[in-house]
Amino acid sequence: MKRSIYFVIAILLLFLSLLISISVGAVNIPLQEIVATFTGGGDETHRTIILNLRLPRVISSAVVGMGLSVAGTFFQALLRNPMADPYVLGISSGAALGATLAIILGFGLISLSFMAFVLALVVVVFVYLVAKTGSRISINTMLLAGIAISSLISAIISLLMLLNHDELTKIYFWTMGGFNLTNWQKVIYSSPIIIISTLIMYVFSRDLNAILTGEEIAEHLGVNTELVKRTILILASLVTATCVSIGGVIGFVGLIVPHISRLIIGPDNRVLVPFSALTGAIFLNLADTLARVILRPAEIPIGIITAAFGGPFFLYLLVKNKRKIKGM
Amino acid sequence: MSILQVENLHFSYGKSLVLKNIHFSLDKNKMVDIIGGNGCGKSTLLKNISGYLKPDSGRILIGNKDIRRFSTKERAQFIAYVPQDMPYDFDFSSYDVVMMGRIPFLKRFEREGKEDEMIVEEAMRITNTWKFRDKNINELSGGERQRVYIARALAQRPKILLMDEPVSHLDIKYQIEILSLARELALKGMLVIAVLHDINLASQFCHDLFIMKEGRIMDYGPAIKVLKPNNIKSAFSVDVKLLHNPVTNSPYVVADLEERKGFDVI
Repeated sequence: MKRSIYFVIAILLLFLSLLISISVGAVNIPLQEIVATFTGGGDETHRTIILNLRLPRVISSAVVGMGLSVAGTFFQALLRNPMADPYVLGISSGAALGATLAIILGFGLISLSFMAFVLALVVVVFVYLVAKTGSRISINTMLLAGIAISSLISAIISLLMLLNHDELTKIYFWTMGGFNLTNWQKVIYSSPIIIISTLIMYVFSRDLNAILTGEEIAEHLGVNTELVKRTILILASLVTATCVSIGGVIGFVGLIVPHISRLIIGPDNRVLVPFSALTGAIFLNLADTLARVILRPAEIPIGIITAAFGGPFFLYLLVKNKRKIKGM
Repeated sequence: MSILQVENLHFSYGKSLVLKNIHFSLDKNKMVDIIGGNGCGKSTLLKNISGYLKPDSGRILIGNKDIRRFSTKERAQFIAYVPQDMPYDFDFSSYDVVMMGRIPFLKRFEREGKEDEMIVEEAMRITNTWKFRDKNINELSGGERQRVYIARALAQRPKILLMDEPVSHLDIKYQIEILSLARELALKGMLVIAVLHDINLASQFCHDLFIMKEGRIMDYGPAIKVLKPNNIKSAFSVDVKLLHNPVTNSPYVVADLEERKGFDVI
């Protein structure tokens, strides 16, 4: 079938992009050295670079790309809004506030991630409670509450930045996103959360197809819509918070990768979710590689790459598919 | 045995009581219409029967079993619901949409099998939608889309089919096509309950009519018994005259122009 060809291509591309990103950087490592390292031999310096520096970074960029794309796909379906992305409920602003506070208070890297993670979740819970009426959650109220809390928090962050001049660059760089501070520790705590949550959400993908045609209709098709909504809301938020806590607020991935994937593979979430996961991993992995090599040995924030390459590509798709992009 | 029994049903949205002491029972092989003025509780009644809304008091029995004892999934194996036509923002094909009617019968990780495909094809052939099975649902006309939704409902193999204004925005060709189909399904063993705005369509196609007013059922029976000027006056606050429709042998409602004071009727 046509669909399986796309999956085969995507998997090959992912493999290729992982290989490239392990190979290139401040020091280029030839392919045979990479193979040697993984088979237990190889040059000691190259070995250290690959295992301690490149690998955790490559894995986290792929996993975060996957997480953000999957979360974006689910948010767009759940909110039935093509403009939705993982940050739509104010998660990013919560995380940014957490990171800002941690930087100002002089916390270490892991505490910074943890603060970002916790405050991201606090914001989602708040938005959720605002939108809850009786036993149902109003999608529109949730979106609006997300916007309101985001702007409130942005104001607080701006104020904090103003009052703490010295930390301005640090805070700014964090919000632009990047994987330059990644280590194995971060990979080990974040990957299981992202992967397991994604697998659980995937269980509901058929129900989500029905919800896309309308909540009331889905309920009449035997879908427990409130359970599905709640589970996906919680897990997609968890995934997003985890991604942000290790990679910062990387824009664009969670918005455009789901759209690009949908244009290629169609709206059926049972196929779309795994495909977005692959595409997202490839996209962010390549973006991170570019961020590392363009101004070698300096690095540029990955957010600049995702927006600079993703934006025009997305525009191109929009024009090419003018009629199709109308919705989801 | 009645397939649907509604007993002393009360329902309210917040503080306003929308359904008051609704009580009736219906058998299969029937097509029934609910008529009444805007806001009289027709759609609300339909959604209580479907189990989507939970009544304040009273109960609904489907084949002698309380609807509250069904899970959402079990309910969907008995009752299907056809919504009003709305344009949707998604790109599923007609076939995919009809296949969603099989969700209630599939286990969580089960893939649609041969039997499901057969049922979907049958539902699409009955509704005359098979020919645009690969078309995007948004590329269809209102009438075509409505037939796809009916096909999806049929794919649920329901005992009770609920239709909320299924023909309101459609031209006469589709109105007749869809209501004939619904009547046929009723004669084949379903209970069909529809909310129709057009009293004359209801009179021609339905076996029985409910007239509702302010959340109560005012009258129930065949069109010839229920459609009386005083009933219609009471439910819709309008004066009408009744003619006889010799084709279907049912009453035909026309405006009583002479009663409209302030207008000169020439």
